[in-house]
Amino acid sequence: MEQAKEKLRDFLGRHIGGRVIGDDEQIFAAGFVNSMFAMQLVLFLEKNFQIAVANEDLEIKNFQTINAMAELIERKTAPSRNNSH
Amino acid sequence: MELTLQQQRLRTEFRQFVDAHVVPGANAWDRQELMPPEVVRQLANHGYLGAVVPVSKGGAGFDSVEFGLLNEELGRGCSSLRSLLTVHSMVALTMSRWGTEDLKTQWLEKLGQGQAIGAFALTEAEAGSDAREITTEAIESGDDFVLTGHKKWITFGQTADLFLVFARSRRGHCAFVVERNTPGLVTTPVHSMLGTRASMMAELRLEQCRVPKRNLVGAPGFGLSHIASSALDCGRYSVAWGCVGIGQACLESCLQYAGQRKQSGVLLREHQLIQRMITQMVAGVKASRVLCCHAGQLRDAGDPASIIETSIAKYFACTTAAEIARDAVQIHGANGCSSEYPVERFYRDAKIMEIIEGSNEIQEIAIAQSACQAVAQAQSVAAAD
Repeated sequence: MEQAKEKLRDFLGRHIGGRVIGDDEQIFAAGFVNSMFAMQLVLFLEKNFQIAVANEDLEIKNFQTINAMAELIERKTAPSRNNSH
Repeated sequence: MELTLQQQRLRTEFRQFVDAHVVPGANAWDRQELMPPEVVRQLANHGYLGAVVPVSKGGAGFDSVEFGLLNEELGRGCSSLRSLLTVHSMVALTMSRWGTEDLKTQWLEKLGQGQAIGAFALTEAEAGSDAREITTEAIESGDDFVLTGHKKWITFGQTADLFLVFARSRRGHCAFVVERNTPGLVTTPVHSMLGTRASMMAELRLEQCRVPKRNLVGAPGFGLSHIASSALDCGRYSVAWGCVGIGQACLESCLQYAGQRKQSGVLLREHQLIQRMITQMVAGVKASRVLCCHAGQLRDAGDPASIIETSIAKYFACTTAAEIARDAVQIHGANGCSSEYPVERFYRDAKIMEIIEGSNEIQEIAIAQSACQAVAQAQSVAAAD
Protein backbone atom coordinates (compact mmCIF):
# COMPACT_ATOMS: atom_id res chain seq x y z
CA MET A 1 0.00 0.00 0.00
CA GLU A 2 2.76 2.47 0.97
CA GLN A 3 4.72 1.52 -2.13
CA ALA A 4 1.69 2.29 -4.28
CA LYS A 5 1.25 5.64 -2.58
CA GLU A 6 4.89 6.50 -3.18
CA LYS A 7 4.51 5.77 -6.90
CA LEU A 8 1.33 7.84 -6.98
CA ARG A 9 3.02 10.78 -5.24
CA ASP A 10 5.85 10.64 -7.75
CA PHE A 11 3.47 10.50 -10.74
CA LEU A 12 1.32 13.33 -9.45
CA GLY A 13 4.39 15.41 -8.71
CA ARG A 14 5.47 15.06 -12.34
CA HIS A 15 2.08 16.17 -13.65
CA ILE A 16 1.37 19.09 -11.40
CA GLY A 17 4.64 20.88 -11.61
CA GLY A 18 6.53 19.37 -8.72
CA ARG A 19 3.94 20.30 -6.11
CA VAL A 20 3.77 17.96 -3.09
CA ILE A 21 0.31 16.42 -2.70
CA GLY A 22 -0.97 15.15 0.63
CA ASP A 23 -2.44 11.64 0.74
CA ASP A 24 -5.91 13.01 1.49
CA GLU A 25 -5.70 16.10 -0.65
CA GLN A 26 -8.42 16.45 -3.29
CA ILE A 27 -6.55 16.26 -6.60
CA PHE A 28 -9.26 17.22 -9.06
CA ALA A 29 -11.17 19.67 -6.88
CA ALA A 30 -8.05 21.78 -6.35
CA GLY A 31 -7.79 22.39 -10.11
CA PHE A 32 -4.18 21.20 -10.31
CA VAL A 33 -4.65 19.27 -13.54
CA ASN A 34 -5.45 19.78 -17.22
CA SER A 35 -7.88 17.95 -19.50
CA MET A 36 -5.37 15.27 -20.48
CA PHE A 37 -4.50 14.35 -16.93
CA ALA A 38 -7.45 12.07 -16.16
CA MET A 39 -6.55 9.63 -18.93
CA GLN A 40 -2.82 9.88 -18.16
CA LEU A 41 -3.71 8.85 -14.62
CA VAL A 42 -5.78 5.89 -15.84
CA LEU A 43 -2.91 4.69 -18.03
CA PHE A 44 -0.48 5.15 -15.15
CA LEU A 45 -2.61 3.05 -12.81
CA GLU A 46 -3.05 0.32 -15.42
CA LYS A 47 0.58 0.12 -16.46
CA ASN A 48 2.17 0.37 -13.04
CA PHE A 49 -0.20 -1.78 -11.05
CA GLN A 50 -1.29 -4.25 -13.75
CA ILE A 51 -4.97 -3.46 -13.34
CA ALA A 52 -7.68 -2.61 -15.85
CA VAL A 53 -9.70 0.47 -15.00
CA ALA A 54 -13.16 -0.19 -16.41
CA ASN A 55 -16.61 1.32 -16.60
CA GLU A 56 -17.57 0.11 -13.12
CA ASP A 57 -14.53 1.82 -11.56
CA LEU A 58 -15.58 5.26 -12.77
CA GLU A 59 -16.61 6.73 -9.47
CA ILE A 60 -15.30 10.06 -8.31
CA LYS A 61 -14.44 8.63 -4.91
CA ASN A 62 -11.93 6.20 -6.49
CA PHE A 63 -9.73 8.95 -7.92
CA GLN A 64 -10.13 11.86 -5.53
CA THR A 65 -7.04 11.36 -3.39
CA ILE A 66 -3.85 9.30 -3.18
CA ASN A 67 -5.42 7.24 -0.41
CA ALA A 68 -8.52 6.55 -2.51
CA MET A 69 -6.46 5.41 -5.48
CA ALA A 70 -4.29 3.21 -3.28
CA GLU A 71 -7.46 1.54 -1.99
CA LEU A 72 -8.72 1.06 -5.55
CA ILE A 73 -5.42 -0.58 -6.49
CA GLU A 74 -5.60 -2.82 -3.45
CA ARG A 75 -9.16 -3.87 -4.23
CA LYS A 76 -8.41 -4.62 -7.85
CA THR A 77 -5.23 -6.56 -7.18
CA ALA A 78 -6.54 -8.50 -4.19
CA PRO A 79 -8.36 -11.32 -6.09
CA SER A 80 -5.41 -12.12 -8.32
CA ARG A 81 -3.11 -12.21 -5.28
CA ASN A 82 -5.45 -14.59 -3.52
CA ASN A 83 -5.70 -16.77 -6.60
CA SER A 84 -1.95 -17.01 -6.95
CA HIS A 85 -1.48 -18.59 -3.52
CA MET B 1 11.99 3.31 -37.03
CA GLU B 2 11.79 -0.17 -38.49
CA LEU B 3 8.37 -1.62 -39.22
CA THR B 4 7.72 -5.27 -38.40
CA LEU B 5 7.15 -7.65 -41.31
CA GLN B 6 3.45 -7.68 -40.47
CA GLN B 7 3.31 -3.89 -40.49
CA GLN B 8 5.14 -3.80 -43.83
CA ARG B 9 2.74 -6.36 -45.30
CA LEU B 10 -0.28 -4.41 -44.10
CA ARG B 11 1.11 -1.13 -45.38
CA THR B 12 1.42 -2.66 -48.84
CA GLU B 13 -2.13 -4.02 -48.59
CA PHE B 14 -3.50 -0.63 -47.47
CA ARG B 15 -1.66 1.17 -50.24
CA GLN B 16 -3.04 -1.17 -52.88
CA PHE B 17 -6.55 -0.75 -51.49
CA VAL B 18 -6.31 3.03 -51.57
CA ASP B 19 -4.82 3.12 -55.08
CA ALA B 20 -7.54 0.81 -56.39
CA HIS B 21 -10.63 2.02 -54.53
CA VAL B 22 -10.00 5.51 -53.18
CA VAL B 23 -7.65 7.61 -55.32
CA PRO B 24 -9.67 7.27 -58.55
CA GLY B 25 -12.87 8.64 -57.00
CA ALA B 26 -11.67 11.05 -54.32
CA ASN B 27 -11.83 14.27 -56.36
CA ALA B 28 -15.35 13.49 -57.57
CA TRP B 29 -16.58 12.64 -54.06
CA ASP B 30 -15.20 15.95 -52.88
CA ARG B 31 -16.99 17.86 -55.67
CA GLN B 32 -20.25 15.98 -55.08
CA GLU B 33 -19.90 16.28 -51.26
CA LEU B 34 -20.84 12.64 -51.06
CA MET B 35 -19.20 9.44 -49.86
CA PRO B 36 -20.58 6.56 -51.94
CA PRO B 37 -21.98 3.79 -49.71
CA GLU B 38 -20.12 1.15 -51.73
CA VAL B 39 -16.79 2.68 -50.70
CA VAL B 40 -17.78 2.42 -47.03
CA ARG B 41 -18.83 -1.17 -47.68
CA GLN B 42 -15.43 -1.92 -49.20
CA LEU B 43 -13.74 -0.51 -46.11
CA ALA B 44 -15.94 -2.74 -43.99
CA ASN B 45 -15.41 -5.80 -46.19
CA HIS B 46 -11.66 -5.45 -45.81
CA GLY B 47 -12.09 -5.33 -42.04
CA TYR B 48 -10.69 -1.82 -41.80
CA LEU B 49 -13.62 -0.41 -39.83
CA GLY B 50 -12.76 -2.91 -37.11
CA ALA B 51 -9.16 -1.70 -36.89
CA VAL B 52 -9.32 -0.87 -33.16
CA VAL B 53 -11.78 -3.61 -32.19
CA PRO B 54 -10.18 -6.75 -30.70
CA VAL B 55 -10.18 -9.89 -32.84
CA SER B 56 -12.13 -11.64 -30.07
CA LYS B 57 -14.94 -9.13 -30.64
CA GLY B 58 -14.99 -9.50 -34.40
CA GLY B 59 -12.55 -6.74 -35.25
CA ALA B 60 -9.19 -6.62 -37.01
CA GLY B 61 -7.28 -5.96 -33.77
CA PHE B 62 -4.54 -3.89 -35.41
CA ASP B 63 -1.75 -2.62 -33.21
CA SER B 64 -1.39 1.15 -33.00
CA VAL B 65 1.21 1.45 -35.74
CA GLU B 66 -0.85 -0.76 -38.07
CA PHE B 67 -3.89 1.41 -37.36
CA GLY B 68 -1.72 4.45 -38.03
CA LEU B 69 -0.50 3.10 -41.35
CA LEU B 70 -4.11 2.55 -42.40
CA ASN B 71 -4.86 6.17 -41.55
CA GLU B 72 -1.83 7.34 -43.48
CA GLU B 73 -2.82 5.48 -46.60
CA LEU B 74 -6.47 6.55 -46.42
CA GLY B 75 -5.30 10.11 -45.75
CA ARG B 76 -3.11 9.91 -48.84
CA GLY B 77 -6.15 9.08 -50.91
CA CYS B 78 -9.04 10.94 -49.33
CA SER B 79 -9.22 12.76 -46.01
CA SER B 80 -13.00 12.50 -46.00
CA LEU B 81 -12.83 8.72 -46.03
CA ARG B 82 -10.03 8.80 -43.45
CA SER B 83 -12.31 10.93 -41.26
CA LEU B 84 -14.85 8.11 -41.34
CA LEU B 85 -12.21 5.75 -39.97
CA THR B 86 -11.37 8.38 -37.34
CA VAL B 87 -14.83 8.97 -35.90
CA HIS B 88 -15.95 5.37 -36.27
CA SER B 89 -12.80 4.18 -34.47
CA MET B 90 -13.33 6.79 -31.74
CA VAL B 91 -16.76 5.33 -31.06
CA ALA B 92 -15.62 1.70 -31.34
CA LEU B 93 -12.66 2.29 -29.04
CA THR B 94 -14.86 4.07 -26.50
CA MET B 95 -17.32 1.20 -26.57
CA SER B 96 -14.52 -1.31 -26.11
CA ARG B 97 -12.81 0.72 -23.36
CA TRP B 98 -15.73 2.08 -21.36
CA GLY B 99 -18.93 0.39 -22.54
CA THR B 100 -20.96 -1.83 -20.24
CA GLU B 101 -20.99 -5.54 -21.08
CA ASP B 102 -24.52 -5.08 -22.46
CA LEU B 103 -23.46 -2.25 -24.76
CA LYS B 104 -20.41 -4.21 -25.91
CA THR B 105 -22.55 -7.24 -26.67
CA GLN B 106 -25.04 -5.12 -28.56
CA TRP B 107 -22.66 -2.97 -30.59
CA LEU B 108 -19.00 -3.93 -30.59
CA GLU B 109 -19.15 -6.71 -33.15
CA LYS B 110 -21.40 -4.64 -35.41
CA LEU B 111 -18.99 -1.72 -35.20
CA GLY B 112 -16.01 -3.99 -35.76
CA GLN B 113 -17.51 -5.46 -38.89
CA GLY B 114 -18.86 -2.17 -40.17
CA GLN B 115 -22.46 -3.32 -39.93
CA ALA B 116 -23.07 -0.21 -37.86
CA ILE B 117 -21.29 3.11 -38.38
CA GLY B 118 -20.48 5.27 -35.37
CA ALA B 119 -20.18 9.06 -35.14
CA PHE B 120 -18.92 11.33 -32.38
CA ALA B 121 -21.31 14.08 -31.30
CA LEU B 122 -19.57 16.50 -28.94
CA THR B 123 -19.20 19.82 -30.78
CA GLU B 124 -21.85 22.51 -30.61
CA ALA B 125 -22.12 25.95 -32.17
CA GLU B 126 -20.83 27.59 -28.99
CA ALA B 127 -18.68 24.74 -27.67
CA GLY B 128 -15.60 23.71 -29.64
CA SER B 129 -12.19 23.91 -27.99
CA ASP B 130 -13.81 24.14 -24.56
CA ALA B 131 -16.14 21.15 -24.42
CA ARG B 132 -17.23 22.08 -20.91
CA GLU B 133 -19.43 24.72 -22.52
CA ILE B 134 -21.78 22.25 -24.19
CA THR B 135 -25.41 23.06 -23.47
CA THR B 136 -27.07 19.82 -24.58
CA GLU B 137 -28.94 18.73 -21.51
CA ALA B 138 -29.69 15.26 -20.13
CA ILE B 139 -32.48 15.06 -17.58
CA GLU B 140 -33.14 11.82 -15.68
CA SER B 141 -36.66 10.53 -16.09
CA GLY B 142 -37.39 7.07 -14.67
CA ASP B 143 -35.26 4.51 -16.50
CA ASP B 144 -34.27 7.04 -19.15
CA PHE B 145 -32.40 10.24 -19.76
CA VAL B 146 -34.16 12.85 -21.89
CA LEU B 147 -31.71 14.67 -24.16
CA THR B 148 -32.32 18.12 -25.60
CA GLY B 149 -29.78 20.09 -27.57
CA HIS B 150 -28.10 20.86 -30.87
CA LYS B 151 -24.85 19.35 -32.13
CA LYS B 152 -22.97 20.83 -35.06
CA TRP B 153 -20.36 19.71 -37.62
CA ILE B 154 -20.76 16.01 -36.85
CA THR B 155 -18.62 13.98 -39.26
CA PHE B 156 -20.66 11.28 -41.02
CA GLY B 157 -23.67 12.52 -39.09
CA GLN B 158 -25.74 12.11 -42.28
CA THR B 159 -25.25 8.36 -42.41
CA ALA B 160 -24.08 7.05 -39.03
CA ASP B 161 -26.19 4.40 -37.34
CA LEU B 162 -25.30 5.42 -33.82
CA PHE B 163 -23.92 8.50 -32.15
CA LEU B 164 -21.82 8.96 -29.05
CA VAL B 165 -23.60 12.05 -27.72
CA PHE B 166 -22.25 14.22 -24.91
CA ALA B 167 -24.52 16.19 -22.62
CA ARG B 168 -24.55 17.88 -19.24
CA SER B 169 -26.67 16.48 -16.43
CA ARG B 170 -27.21 17.39 -12.79
CA ARG B 171 -24.52 14.80 -11.95
CA GLY B 172 -21.99 16.17 -14.42
CA HIS B 173 -21.17 15.55 -18.08
CA CYS B 174 -22.36 12.25 -19.54
CA ALA B 175 -21.85 10.24 -22.73
CA PHE B 176 -24.70 8.31 -24.34
CA VAL B 177 -25.11 5.89 -27.19
CA VAL B 178 -27.98 7.28 -29.27
CA GLU B 179 -29.32 5.27 -32.19
CA ARG B 180 -30.28 7.06 -35.39
CA ASN B 181 -33.88 5.91 -35.20
CA THR B 182 -34.40 7.34 -31.71
CA PRO B 183 -37.56 9.49 -31.72
CA GLY B 184 -36.63 13.16 -31.39
CA LEU B 185 -33.28 12.85 -33.18
CA VAL B 186 -33.15 14.74 -36.48
CA THR B 187 -30.04 15.14 -38.66
CA THR B 188 -29.57 17.85 -41.28
CA PRO B 189 -26.73 17.80 -43.84
CA VAL B 190 -24.04 20.49 -43.64
CA HIS B 191 -22.66 21.55 -47.01
CA SER B 192 -20.02 23.84 -48.51
CA MET B 193 -17.37 23.42 -45.85
CA LEU B 194 -13.80 24.35 -46.75
CA GLY B 195 -12.45 20.81 -46.66
CA THR B 196 -13.25 17.13 -46.14
CA ARG B 197 -16.34 17.87 -48.17
CA ALA B 198 -17.28 14.22 -48.64
CA SER B 199 -17.38 13.57 -44.90
CA MET B 200 -21.20 13.60 -44.82
CA MET B 201 -21.24 16.24 -42.13
CA ALA B 202 -24.50 16.96 -40.31
CA GLU B 203 -26.15 18.90 -37.56
CA LEU B 204 -28.01 16.91 -34.93
CA ARG B 205 -31.11 18.16 -33.20
CA LEU B 206 -32.15 16.30 -30.09
CA GLU B 207 -35.71 17.24 -29.14
CA GLN B 208 -36.80 15.49 -25.96
CA CYS B 209 -34.84 12.49 -27.14
CA ARG B 210 -35.47 9.64 -24.69
CA VAL B 211 -32.43 7.39 -24.19
CA PRO B 212 -32.43 4.43 -21.78
CA LYS B 213 -30.01 4.66 -18.86
CA ARG B 214 -28.36 1.46 -20.05
CA ASN B 215 -27.03 3.54 -22.99
CA LEU B 216 -24.90 5.62 -20.64
CA VAL B 217 -21.18 5.10 -21.34
CA GLY B 218 -19.18 5.54 -18.15
CA ALA B 219 -20.64 7.19 -15.10
CA PRO B 220 -22.19 10.67 -14.92
CA GLY B 221 -19.43 13.18 -14.31
CA PHE B 222 -16.88 11.23 -16.37
CA GLY B 223 -18.26 12.14 -19.80
CA LEU B 224 -15.56 14.65 -20.66
CA SER B 225 -12.65 13.73 -18.39
CA HIS B 226 -12.52 10.06 -19.38
CA ILE B 227 -14.95 9.21 -22.18
CA ALA B 228 -14.44 12.19 -24.49
CA SER B 229 -10.76 12.42 -23.56
CA SER B 230 -9.95 8.85 -24.50
CA ALA B 231 -11.96 9.13 -27.72
CA LEU B 232 -10.28 12.40 -28.68
CA ASP B 233 -6.88 10.90 -27.95
CA CYS B 234 -7.71 8.20 -30.50
CA GLY B 235 -8.98 10.90 -32.86
CA ARG B 236 -5.79 12.94 -32.57
CA TYR B 237 -3.70 9.87 -33.29
CA SER B 238 -5.79 9.04 -36.34
CA VAL B 239 -5.68 12.61 -37.67
CA ALA B 240 -1.93 12.83 -37.10
CA TRP B 241 -1.34 9.81 -39.30
CA GLY B 242 -3.89 11.10 -41.82
CA CYS B 243 -1.77 14.23 -42.12
CA VAL B 244 1.28 12.12 -42.89
CA GLY B 245 -0.83 10.77 -45.74
CA ILE B 246 -1.76 14.25 -46.97
CA GLY B 247 1.91 15.22 -46.94
CA GLN B 248 2.90 12.07 -48.80
CA ALA B 249 0.19 12.64 -51.40
CA CYS B 250 1.36 16.22 -51.95
CA LEU B 251 4.95 15.06 -52.29
CA GLU B 252 4.07 12.37 -54.83
CA SER B 253 1.93 14.81 -56.85
CA CYS B 254 4.73 17.38 -56.87
CA LEU B 255 7.41 14.90 -57.85
CA GLN B 256 5.28 13.79 -60.78
CA TYR B 257 4.35 17.32 -61.84
CA ALA B 258 7.85 18.74 -61.44
CA GLY B 259 9.15 15.88 -63.59
CA GLN B 260 6.81 16.72 -66.48
CA ARG B 261 6.27 20.46 -66.49
CA LYS B 262 8.88 22.70 -68.08
CA GLN B 263 9.43 26.38 -67.41
CA SER B 264 12.29 28.47 -68.84
CA GLY B 265 13.27 25.47 -70.94
CA VAL B 266 13.92 23.04 -68.09
CA LEU B 267 11.79 20.77 -65.94
CA LEU B 268 10.49 22.32 -62.73
CA ARG B 269 12.52 19.82 -60.72
CA GLU B 270 15.69 21.43 -62.09
CA HIS B 271 14.81 24.77 -60.46
CA GLN B 272 16.51 25.15 -57.11
CA LEU B 273 13.61 26.92 -55.41
CA ILE B 274 11.36 24.01 -56.37
CA GLN B 275 14.02 21.63 -55.03
CA ARG B 276 13.94 23.48 -51.72
CA MET B 277 10.18 23.01 -51.40
CA ILE B 278 10.47 19.33 -52.29
CA THR B 279 13.26 18.90 -49.75
CA GLN B 280 11.10 20.44 -47.04
CA MET B 281 8.25 18.10 -48.02
CA VAL B 282 10.46 15.01 -47.85
CA ALA B 283 11.88 15.98 -44.45
CA GLY B 284 8.49 17.05 -43.08
CA VAL B 285 6.73 13.84 -44.05
CA LYS B 286 9.51 11.67 -42.64
CA ALA B 287 9.66 13.59 -39.37
CA SER B 288 5.87 13.45 -38.99
CA ARG B 289 5.87 9.71 -39.59
CA VAL B 290 8.58 9.15 -36.98
CA LEU B 291 6.63 11.14 -34.36
CA CYS B 292 3.48 9.15 -35.18
CA CYS B 293 5.35 5.84 -34.93
CA HIS B 294 6.81 6.89 -31.59
CA ALA B 295 3.38 7.79 -30.25
CA GLY B 296 2.03 4.47 -31.57
CA GLN B 297 4.69 2.44 -29.79
CA LEU B 298 3.96 4.24 -26.54
CA ARG B 299 0.23 3.62 -27.01
CA ASP B 300 0.79 -0.10 -27.41
CA ALA B 301 2.90 -0.07 -24.25
CA GLY B 302 0.05 1.63 -22.36
CA ASP B 303 2.45 4.41 -21.44
CA PRO B 304 0.85 7.56 -19.94
CA ALA B 305 3.32 9.60 -22.01
CA SER B 306 1.51 8.35 -25.12
CA ILE B 307 -1.13 11.04 -24.60
CA ILE B 308 1.20 14.03 -24.80
CA GLU B 309 3.32 12.33 -27.50
CA THR B 310 0.15 11.86 -29.56
CA SER B 311 -0.60 15.54 -29.10
CA ILE B 312 2.92 16.43 -30.26
CA ALA B 313 2.61 14.12 -33.28
CA LYS B 314 -0.78 15.61 -34.16
CA TYR B 315 0.48 19.16 -33.83
CA PHE B 316 3.61 18.58 -35.90
CA ALA B 317 1.94 16.45 -38.57
CA CYS B 318 -0.96 18.89 -39.03
CA THR B 319 1.13 22.03 -39.24
CA THR B 320 3.58 20.26 -41.54
CA ALA B 321 0.82 18.94 -43.81
CA ALA B 322 -0.65 22.44 -44.10
CA GLU B 323 2.74 23.88 -45.09
CA ILE B 324 3.40 21.06 -47.54
CA ALA B 325 -0.04 21.42 -49.13
CA ARG B 326 0.49 25.17 -49.53
CA ASP B 327 3.80 24.55 -51.30
CA ALA B 328 2.23 21.80 -53.40
CA VAL B 329 -0.30 24.29 -54.76
CA GLN B 330 2.54 26.75 -55.34
CA ILE B 331 4.55 24.22 -57.35
CA HIS B 332 1.51 23.41 -59.46
CA GLY B 333 0.83 27.11 -60.13
CA ALA B 334 -2.53 27.80 -61.77
CA ASN B 335 -3.04 24.06 -62.23
CA GLY B 336 -2.78 23.76 -58.45
CA CYS B 337 -5.77 26.04 -58.10
CA SER B 338 -7.83 23.82 -60.40
CA SER B 339 -9.92 20.87 -59.30
CA GLU B 340 -8.36 18.92 -62.18
CA TYR B 341 -5.41 18.36 -59.86
CA PRO B 342 -5.79 16.94 -56.34
CA VAL B 343 -3.46 19.37 -54.57
CA GLU B 344 -6.14 22.03 -54.11
CA ARG B 345 -8.21 19.40 -52.26
CA PHE B 346 -5.19 18.46 -50.14
CA TYR B 347 -4.69 22.17 -49.36
CA ARG B 348 -8.29 22.61 -48.20
CA ASP B 349 -8.30 19.33 -46.27
CA ALA B 350 -4.98 20.09 -44.56
CA LYS B 351 -6.37 23.33 -43.16
CA ILE B 352 -9.22 21.40 -41.53
CA MET B 353 -6.70 19.17 -39.75
CA GLU B 354 -5.30 22.20 -37.91
CA ILE B 355 -8.71 22.74 -36.34
CA ILE B 356 -10.26 19.34 -35.61
CA GLU B 357 -9.55 17.05 -32.61
CA GLY B 358 -7.93 19.94 -30.78
CA SER B 359 -6.84 23.02 -32.69
CA ASN B 360 -3.17 23.91 -33.10
CA GLU B 361 -3.56 26.41 -30.27
CA ILE B 362 -5.03 23.83 -27.88
CA GLN B 363 -2.14 21.47 -28.67
CA GLU B 364 0.33 24.30 -28.06
CA ILE B 365 -1.14 24.93 -24.61
CA ALA B 366 -1.01 21.24 -23.69
CA ILE B 367 2.51 20.68 -25.02
CA ALA B 368 3.91 23.80 -23.37
CA GLN B 369 2.22 22.92 -20.06
CA SER B 370 3.71 19.45 -20.20
CA ALA B 371 7.19 20.84 -20.86
CA CYS B 372 6.87 23.38 -18.04
CA GLN B 373 5.68 20.69 -15.62
CA ALA B 374 8.71 18.56 -16.42
CA VAL B 375 11.05 21.46 -15.63
CA ALA B 376 9.17 22.31 -12.41
CA GLN B 377 9.41 18.68 -11.31
CA ALA B 378 13.15 18.58 -12.02
CA GLN B 379 13.64 21.79 -10.04
CA SER B 380 11.55 20.39 -7.19
CA VAL B 381 13.67 17.22 -7.06
CA ALA B 382 16.89 19.25 -7.20
CA ALA B 383 15.67 21.48 -4.35
CA ALA B 384 14.79 18.43 -2.24
CA ASP B 385 18.29 17.02 -2.77
